[in-house]
Amino acid sequence: MGAFDEMGPMAADVREAYAGLKRWLEATPRDVFDTRRSQAELFFRRIGITFAVYGDNEAAERLIPFDIIPRVLTKPEWSIVERGLTQRVQALNMFLADIYSGQECIKAGVIPADLVYRNPHYRLEMVDVAVPHGVYCHIAGIDIVRVDESTFYVLEDNARTPSGVSYMLENREVMMRLFPELFAEHRVAPIENYADSLLSSLRSVAPASASRDPVVALLTPGQFNSAYYEHSFLADKLGVELVESSDLIVRDDVVYMRTTEGPKRVDVLYRRIDDEYLDPLVFRPDSVLGVPGLMSAYQAGNITLANAVGTGISDDKAVYTYMPEIIRFFTGEEPILSNVPTWRCRERDALGHVLDNLHELVVKEVNGSGGYGMLVGPHATRAEIEEFRRKLKRDPDGFIAQPTLALSTCPTFVASGVAPRHVDLRPFVLTGADGVHIVPGGLTRVALKEGSLVVNSSQGGGTKDTWILDG
Amino acid sequence: MRLRVLHETRYAYDQPARGLIQVMRLTPASHEGQHVRRWRIDPSVDGSLKVKEDTLGNTIHVFSADGAVDQLVVRVSGEVETFDTHGVVTGTAERVPEAFFLRDTDLTTPDDALRAFAAEAGGSPDPLTRLHDLLKAINGTIVFDTAPTHAATTAAEAFAMRRGVCQDLTHVFIATARHLGIPARYVSGYFFRADGVVEQEAGHAWAEAKVPGLGWVGFDPANGIATGPAHLRLAIGLDYLGAAPIRGSRYGGGNETLDVRLRVDNGQSQAQG
Repeated sequence: MGAFDEMGPMAADVREAYAGLKRWLEATPRDVFDTRRSQAELFFRRIGITFAVYGDNEAAERLIPFDIIPRVLTKPEWSIVERGLTQRVQALNMFLADIYSGQECIKAGVIPADLVYRNPHYRLEMVDVAVPHGVYCHIAGIDIVRVDESTFYVLEDNARTPSGVSYMLENREVMMRLFPELFAEHRVAPIENYADSLLSSLRSVAPASASRDPVVALLTPGQFNSAYYEHSFLADKLGVELVESSDLIVRDDVVYMRTTEGPKRVDVLYRRIDDEYLDPLVFRPDSVLGVPGLMSAYQAGNITLANAVGTGISDDKAVYTYMPEIIRFFTGEEPILSNVPTWRCRERDALGHVLDNLHELVVKEVNGSGGYGMLVGPHATRAEIEEFRRKLKRDPDGFIAQPTLALSTCPTFVASGVAPRHVDLRPFVLTGADGVHIVPGGLTRVALKEGSLVVNSSQGGGTKDTWILDG
Repeated sequence: MRLRVLHETRYAYDQPARGLIQVMRLTPASHEGQHVRRWRIDPSVDGSLKVKEDTLGNTIHVFSADGAVDQLVVRVSGEVETFDTHGVVTGTAERVPEAFFLRDTDLTTPDDALRAFAAEAGGSPDPLTRLHDLLKAINGTIVFDTAPTHAATTAAEAFAMRRGVCQDLTHVFIATARHLGIPARYVSGYFFRADGVVEQEAGHAWAEAKVPGLGWVGFDPANGIATGPAHLRLAIGLDYLGAAPIRGSRYGGGNETLDVRLRVDNGQSQAQG
């Protein structure tokens, strides 16, 4: 497949942004790289940054492979992405505010009513609940892929509890330790202010009843969660308490955390627990991760949850297909970043087309994530394709399909040397009372297997440091 | 009919709980089929009792108590005048679009067997006939049995066993009605028994389905009848979890023993004991 390589052909014609890196790759002896790569691995092992892979018994926790060759975007390229992300997340927040109050976009026919009302992530508990400053999605991870020199697509929106930002920050730190000379030669936009930016966004959305110095805490499901490292890492960077359900109590619709000095009121909860587990009195009754009474306190306006309850509807891949219309409706602007062209299998004609072309399409469950429950037609066996055909016929509403994109590639260290591997990008978009903040870049994920298009860490993907070059 | 209810839910804890919180949907609303004459909820321990309304229009009480509690009794008592509306439920607070009641939940997602059953039983072109056929088929297929199912049993599981309680039969009715494209919802409430039995073991549950031209109509699959003056409606939800009379949690307290006392009479039989 003729994928766009972000460095350019290895032999000649290197793209301007990668010129310095190319020289570095050529001039550095192989054994130096080998040493640096093992140093990087050691560093990650020492800090204990691991990721539990579901369904993999042999390695309950393992390192996500880190590739030491940075992924580079120029300032002008990033500016477009940044403007597009800002517009998209603003529209997303307006959409969420609307479906939970007023439902103008449904009345106007922008999105079919059943996609909203029948969606399990549309939380009735949120209807007419006023969230501070109208912000629902405080932290969004928007997955972006690139297919040529000038085309970036949004692959999916993650508006629930997107993870990966700790890798973005750690990757940069490791790179700066291992290759200080590279940072001397390149003007790489800094990302270290992410934690400050996140904390000020979170504090800015504290309830009106909070004190002038609002208390923020981070709620984790606990150490058995695959992203626990990230939770403790972020709590540490933010300088806030890392709490589990047993640390919180709700009294008279107010949430307190137990501290050595007695109960302390919590104003903003950065929760890394899915809606379903948040409050056993409202959602799954068997949840031991949640806080009984939390929803009641939230509905009473005594605590802000980030992200808000009910944002998951915008992660739905059928809703995703309406994002261009949603952006136009709420911002009055044309979308700056396009969606990947997508067939809605709920539509009869689209379904027919998809069934006829399964061998060349990517089919995704509307509620799936993490690369699970997905068919990559060109790489699938005949049996897998037939299995998806059955699934699609039985539940067409449950699926969307997209062309198999030639995701851009970046030079990556593999066993045989340096070779192009497919990448995507997850920028983290923060929204507070004063608007949208994005640290330059994001987390680049790389599919380490030759030809593979699945970059998810749960499916064996790796990561890279992402550079936005200031010229 | 004048229905009198006395409903006591008693929790006893091995060791005193350090605190507890409960969400109760135990308050009926008046509509054309029922007029609430008096109603009260009394928790036996001191605490905070807040009254709210959820998005579906149910009245909820959030009760929280601090400090050592070794026993809690939630006592509900009241009197409601009911009328025969031939199953049609009108005058209720309808806060959400009916499309919402087509949503499958974990408890009501149909499996292949339920889909096949729905297709077979619900073949009539007329929605009302289809629902009555479903009602009959479910009542005739699933045997009332309190043993094999529990609060978290799904419609598909209960159907596979062909056994269950009113909650299970109601879930099966909802799952199949929705599968046939008819909005359906769960109702929790009380039922007056015509056979003179006033002491009951548990509250009752049935379903409402949206019939074009008629509105919401009550179907009681456990009794195989449309709802009438014997039914006292408390709360609605997508399934049991959304309409559950009490959902509670506590801090500490060891093992819990639950005991329910329920009397539903029509004011003519004198209370005994």
